Amino acid sequence: MKKSEKIAGNVANYVDERTGAAKWLKKNLTKVFPDHWSFMLGEVALYSFIILLLTGTFLTFWFDPSMREVVYNGGYQPLSNVKMSAAYASSLNISFDVRGGLLMRQIHHWAALIFMAAMIAHLMRVFFTGAFRKPREANWLIGVGLVTLGIVEGFLGYSLPDDLLSGTGLRIAEAILQAIPVAGSYLAFFAFGGAFPGHVFIPRIYTVHILLLPGIFLALITVHLMLVWYQKHTQYPGPGRTEKNVVGYPLMPVYMAKAGGFFFIVFGVTAFLGAVASINPIWLYGPYTPGQISAGSQPDFYMGWLDGLVRMSPPLETHAFGHTISWNILIPGLIVPGILFTGMALYPFIESWMTGDKREHHLLDRPRNNPNRTALGAMSIAFMLVILINGGNDLIATHFYLTINQIMWFTRIGVFVVPPIVFIITKRLCLALQRKDREIVLHGRETGRLVMLPHGEFIEVHEELSAEKKYTLTQHEQPRALEVPDTDGRGVRNPQGIKGKLRARMSQAHVEQVSAPSESEAKALESGHH
Amino acid sequence: MSNEISKFQDPGLPAHQHRKSDTDPKAEKRAEQQVAILFLISAGGTVLSIASYIFIKPGKFVFLPIMGDVDAHQLFLGLGMAIALLFIGFGAVQWARRLMPDEEVVAERHEFRSEEVDRKDFVNTVKERAGVAGLGRRTLIKRSLGLALGLSALTPLVLLRDLGPLPKKQLNKNSWDAGTRLVTDPGDRPLRPEDLEVGSVAQVLPALKNGEERTLENIGTDAVLLIRLRPEDFQLNPERLSWTHDGIIAFSKICSHMGCAVALYEQQTKHLLCPCHQSTFDVTRAAKVIFGPAARPLPQLAITVDEQGYLVAKQGFTEPIGPSFWERSS
Repeated sequence: MKKSEKIAGNVANYVDERTGAAKWLKKNLTKVFPDHWSFMLGEVALYSFIILLLTGTFLTFWFDPSMREVVYNGGYQPLSNVKMSAAYASSLNISFDVRGGLLMRQIHHWAALIFMAAMIAHLMRVFFTGAFRKPREANWLIGVGLVTLGIVEGFLGYSLPDDLLSGTGLRIAEAILQAIPVAGSYLAFFAFGGAFPGHVFIPRIYTVHILLLPGIFLALITVHLMLVWYQKHTQYPGPGRTEKNVVGYPLMPVYMAKAGGFFFIVFGVTAFLGAVASINPIWLYGPYTPGQISAGSQPDFYMGWLDGLVRMSPPLETHAFGHTISWNILIPGLIVPGILFTGMALYPFIESWMTGDKREHHLLDRPRNNPNRTALGAMSIAFMLVILINGGNDLIATHFYLTINQIMWFTRIGVFVVPPIVFIITKRLCLALQRKDREIVLHGRETGRLVMLPHGEFIEVHEELSAEKKYTLTQHEQPRALEVPDTDGRGVRNPQGIKGKLRARMSQAHVEQVSAPSESEAKALESGHH
Repeated sequence: MSNEISKFQDPGLPAHQHRKSDTDPKAEKRAEQQVAILFLISAGGTVLSIASYIFIKPGKFVFLPIMGDVDAHQLFLGLGMAIALLFIGFGAVQWARRLMPDEEVVAERHEFRSEEVDRKDFVNTVKERAGVAGLGRRTLIKRSLGLALGLSALTPLVLLRDLGPLPKKQLNKNSWDAGTRLVTDPGDRPLRPEDLEVGSVAQVLPALKNGEERTLENIGTDAVLLIRLRPEDFQLNPERLSWTHDGIIAFSKICSHMGCAVALYEQQTKHLLCPCHQSTFDVTRAAKVIFGPAARPLPQLAITVDEQGYLVAKQGFTEPIGPSFWERSS
């Protein structure tokens, strides 16, 4: 026996004699995970969260979360002798006087952007492949919660340095609070400890940013991963892959090396970005004062869509009975985002209601094979992109020589027109792709090889697909629409009424498919052809 | 319609293809060396990183294409770190891909639903236990418990009361009053009308009384923009015209939409633009909203000059400053 094997044996023995975990560990160390590039998106999110914890801890050692007024005299000469908050001064101190401080600040900010982008991409992957279906609805809800909290956490994070740009963001957040009917002024005064900006807000959001929300994140991520572990990962359809098995590689050693290595790659890429790409140069903005602002004030991208909605809102306010309701803030700032996120959270339940499908699903859908869902997802993305464009309308205007008014009107109209068009086009595209699958299964793949027959006719040689490929392209279900009859067997009107009709209508739209070719069709074609 | 029976059959997992490093000992040796080289490059990255920390003094700049001048100290510190991390990752992934087993393994899945017997037992147990506790019967206990639990949630809410003062009338207040002098920001110098040329803009604040300090909260309600036009450019009603002085008109600088500083003045069009949400106000028509989400004009401050010829407020603002709130009456 080699020495290393003996040590490993001793460790295993030590652990088992104290926990009795041998059986559990044996099973789980060789747990099988399927392999696909799109399964790495969630991993990127997880790893950037760890990077955020590490770099964030570093930053807390020097950051002073206080709004106490100080006079700056540190390494950045242009702001010498300027009055500012201790929070801003210590952020400058981290950037200019702590060695590696700027690097850590930049890695932290880049990691936050990657965290959000990876979560959103992961969410899209889960949506388009139908991975949210039973039994994984709970994990979908946790995911939606994580994205929502991520937006809040990111916003609080870039608000902490108390520079002119972030202070402007807080002013807007305060205005949203203040716009809430009845309780608004009270909520704003409680949050800010009095009139804006006050002296307590930075220390308060500091606690939320570095303790409360990261704690909730850790708890939710733990449950998220435990559920993935316990329910086993979904897999893409293919030969040998069924609803009853998982095909892939074992955790030890393959996934330990791959996933562990991938963590270092994500960290390395983030460090590279932090080293070469300047981000959030707070020293250029100056300290916050409510009387000043910089042109081109932009939030980070994951807030940009919200800002775009607020920008495109029509100027609506109601003044009645001595009170004011700001629809121009409430609708884009609270009501529309509320509807969007609630709809997203409820989608798995809505889909299962309209299809009547209550079975477990472990095989993923190829997005084209569920045209309605894919079109719905594409429509939502189109909506977000249109409002995100409006969130950057000032920058787009200056870069592309357009007027802000043109972009604003384009997006004001586009937000209603573009998503339905995208829905229709995507659905047609999916059906076209299905038709293409059908075509190549039945007639083979075009090889581009032209052959002249003895009598002079030219034909193109088609190559038959492999059995594996044929199976992959035809294995998906051909769902049937739910039937909701108007009357029951005895002629009594169906008590479900309009709800039932709506359900039948939605179900019908959802199952629209090009039928997958069957083996008998292929055979019939073959005998007819030759 | 295709029928289920004649679907294409699952041919099963494709046969495993061996890698070169599985069969050829030379290729295996090569792969091993490759992995080791990747790890060694990583070690070099760490050396670079630590050397930069110690030897490169902050404040030296190097030029990077696109990025511009970058501080050399933090650039090489970061690059070293990036190399160190990336190549550990590349090495580990390469190790897994080339040398670790790559044969796909199949594990069985089981439906989460328990056996019918267990499910029935479970339901019965819940029913029986609930029965033992009398959950079905003891309504008085249940209701009083519900009441107690509900009420107990109030204490934490009450404890949050001291987070801040009640707003009272504070959102209606600012420091402007009849006779308050307009002073420059920054500088706190009083202004005469002749200090402003036609077409120019100045940010002003109310003059401080003796012993007063200016807080950020004050600036958040008091900041005012002065704009001087030719008097004939105004299209104002007589009252609002009387609030101007010699072509000088004063507006609150705090946006009536969400409180940003309305700082962009377009001299040609005489429009004020808020950089946050692009609400656009027409200066010649008392800051009427001509574009964007703001629903109200910027509040106008009535101004005149005092005996010494300095600009002063004729009266305080006639409406609250900044974004709307529930208690706002107009």
